Amino acid sequence: MDFKKIIIVGGGPAGLAAAIEANRCGIAPKDILILERDRELGGILNQCIHAGFGLHMFGEELTGPEYAGRFIDEVRARGIGYLCDAMVLSISAEREVAFVSPTEGFCRVKAGAIVLAMGCRERTRGALNIAGSRPAGIYSAGTAQRYVNINGYLPGKRVVILGSGDIGLIMARRMTLEGAKVLRVCELMPYSGGLPRNIAQCLDDFDIPLYLSHTVTGIHGKERLEGVTVAKVDDDRRPIPGTEEYIECDTLLLSVGLLPENELTKEAGIVLDRITGGAQVDQSMQTSMPGVFACGNVLHVHDLVDFVTKEAYRAGASAARFTAEGAAPAGKMLPTAGKSGVRYVMPQKLDANGTLDTDTALFFRVDNIYRDKYVVLSVDGVEVIRTKKRFLEPGQMETVKLNDTAIAAIRAGSAVTVSLE
Amino acid sequence: MKYDVCIIGAGITGAMTARKLAKYALSVVVLEAAEDVAMGATKANSAIVHAGFDAECGTLKARLNVMGCAMMPAETAELDVPFDRCGSLVCAYSEAEMAHLEQLLARGRENGVPDLRIIGQKELREIEPHISDDAIAALYAPSAGIVCPYELCIAACEHASINGVEFRTGFRVSEIVRRDGSFLVSDGRDTVECEYLVNAAGVYSDTIARLAGDTDFDMRIIARRGEYMLLDRSEGGMAKHVLFSCPSANGKGILVSPTVDGNLILGPTAKAVDDREDTATTDAGLWEVQCGARHLVPNVNTRAVITQFSGNRPTPVGADGDITKSDFCIRPSACVPRLLHLAGIESPGLASSPAVGEYAVELLWGMGLSLTEKETYLPGRPEKIRFRELDDAQRAALIARNPLYGKIICRCETVTEGEIVDAIRRPLGARDLDMVKRRTRAGMGRCGAGFCSPRTVEILARELGVPMTEITKCGGGSVILNGGEK
Repeated sequence: MDFKKIIIVGGGPAGLAAAIEANRCGIAPKDILILERDRELGGILNQCIHAGFGLHMFGEELTGPEYAGRFIDEVRARGIGYLCDAMVLSISAEREVAFVSPTEGFCRVKAGAIVLAMGCRERTRGALNIAGSRPAGIYSAGTAQRYVNINGYLPGKRVVILGSGDIGLIMARRMTLEGAKVLRVCELMPYSGGLPRNIAQCLDDFDIPLYLSHTVTGIHGKERLEGVTVAKVDDDRRPIPGTEEYIECDTLLLSVGLLPENELTKEAGIVLDRITGGAQVDQSMQTSMPGVFACGNVLHVHDLVDFVTKEAYRAGASAARFTAEGAAPAGKMLPTAGKSGVRYVMPQKLDANGTLDTDTALFFRVDNIYRDKYVVLSVDGVEVIRTKKRFLEPGQMETVKLNDTAIAAIRAGSAVTVSLE
Repeated sequence: MKYDVCIIGAGITGAMTARKLAKYALSVVVLEAAEDVAMGATKANSAIVHAGFDAECGTLKARLNVMGCAMMPAETAELDVPFDRCGSLVCAYSEAEMAHLEQLLARGRENGVPDLRIIGQKELREIEPHISDDAIAALYAPSAGIVCPYELCIAACEHASINGVEFRTGFRVSEIVRRDGSFLVSDGRDTVECEYLVNAAGVYSDTIARLAGDTDFDMRIIARRGEYMLLDRSEGGMAKHVLFSCPSANGKGILVSPTVDGNLILGPTAKAVDDREDTATTDAGLWEVQCGARHLVPNVNTRAVITQFSGNRPTPVGADGDITKSDFCIRPSACVPRLLHLAGIESPGLASSPAVGEYAVELLWGMGLSLTEKETYLPGRPEKIRFRELDDAQRAALIARNPLYGKIICRCETVTEGEIVDAIRRPLGARDLDMVKRRTRAGMGRCGAGFCSPRTVEILARELGVPMTEITKCGGGSVILNGGEK
């Protein structure tokens, strides 16, 4: 059986950065293999032709393809191995990766370490349980984006968008620029899940109304979509009778959340986090399966690709270290947890014997909108870090960086919590 | 040309009849109003091969169901259609329902259902670990099974097709004229002439009877909508058998069942609708489905839903307006010679279908159709590759033969480009997204076709030699790219 020191599942921003970092850490380019299921490297960035990527990484605003292009160029320049149109079918505990591709056929390759970087998928109409008929004209925002930006076709002309996630907002602008009429964006929650800058630049600048606390309750039309019923919802997100409104449209775009795509992970028997939908990892990005690391949107959904890249660097470095040094002796693992307003914390565990420095950070999301709160990191109930935050919202990923006091406490402690006060 | 036999309707009943007629030296045409076969009740039902204890003793329903259920393993093996004889359980929650089980047991035994027995709570829990604690006993029918109904129908049509049966889809019969011992069947544009006419028109079988001039056909057909929820494979293990509550006057109630593809299906409701083709789901219906399912399996996660759908059963209504006692209406017309009705076939129509097909041939023979076996008859259907079910060596060999089988298009269901191309090029080949989905499962998974549909549209456009803007979801005006080229 063929052997590669590192196999990276997915050639989007996470996979590319992990590969580059592994190479920088001393793994020869020919010992790295990126397996990408699409025709080209770059992942979903290839269809994100709007600008706004790279402010943190490069200090400039790039389009998705430009951002991806920088990493693709570097992967090529370094001679790192990759294969497109290659779909991974399974991963075993012995780190055997089975995949297929039209050129290579069916292959099994043994890996010294594996980096999971498969990204995420969009929540669907089915998952929302919206009643009605099943006509053409209902797309997830990302699918519509592919039709418009990759294939060059407009899915429809009169558009309602459900969900104010970033892709939905971006597509509201995109469809408008391409000549469609975007009638409104409905958001179930009393606040938007998208970045404030996208609300301003994609909706406000084009006079597209955003209806908060509204949802789609009915879908009409036999062949092509003819209209949707929209209703206001109460505090429990239930439609309020009497507020229904029929809107004639031929297109409904859904931007109702992203889900890490972890079927491979699950089948491999790797432990997942119920809230993030991604694997549980420690600060080295290692999953519950030794030598298998995860990063990017397959781990938890990020707001900005820049953060994906940083996370993937860490995973790539850890995978390189693992292939060089083998599994570290099992040390003390401290679970992390979110409390009072903190929905989840990633990494889900900290290895007390592993690398813990002032670059180590805990990432978390809050469960509602909060103002003037303290973010408190405690070890075994004792507060070690307190930071004031003027504004916190679920759409924005937050971080707490460790300091020396926290690191000392963690090395001696047994559990870490992040909470709002 | 004049056909020996014309079948109106390519649902499971028409398809099985066509398949059974395909053995004989006959010219046969099947007319279907929809763009594909299997588009009515056949597409959207519980996917159950019932054992046959529900129907009143002595009815056609009882006889054909038990017979069809016994035939199903051989039928599905020949047609290469997955079938799982997983057995069914009717669960009782009270002493009154226990008495009902006894009735069903007695009826089932008289109907000839094999191995039927009542099991106690202990055994029920053992074989069905997620069943409600409140279920105290169950009627166990090991002969019941599950099958994908539209796949069975498509397979039967493919089989008929390679044996010379013609299929005309998009042919909505609007006129039937009888002239010189022939039927002239027209959709307003085209006319088909035949000697024998078979009415297998599902929810429209009363309309067809009327068009054919059968003044004696007094049965009215109403469409009763059944709503369903299909859950993710993650929930597939929540039921090992087909699980029923005790039946009521309104039907067999909400069931919970595994599917042959590993999903879990919940449903159906039963509500009469005016528009026989209105298959919209409703909030109330979906809620009823969830509550009914939880009655049987309290811990079922109804949030892990892949899709919701509904189908309209062709329910016959007797002269007295009663829908509960009605039997299948399978008989030659009393007043129109050479017209055979296969009407009012609701549940257990799927289970009965192979037997209905054979019975229909027997009746046609009795009506004067001469049957000579064909020498060129081919059993089965063209080879169908299911990449996800192959082992490593088979996969390697397949990709070496045709690299398109190395390209996964639908990642959720592991469907390759090779399978999609095959689905388009096969007999009765796919021409739209939903036809590809029903033939390959591409787009049937948890991403709701978000990733694969743009690819499948590209493949369809390439294979059919048309622009992407002409590709539809399900024929007619259901174009995917309504805004055109940008």
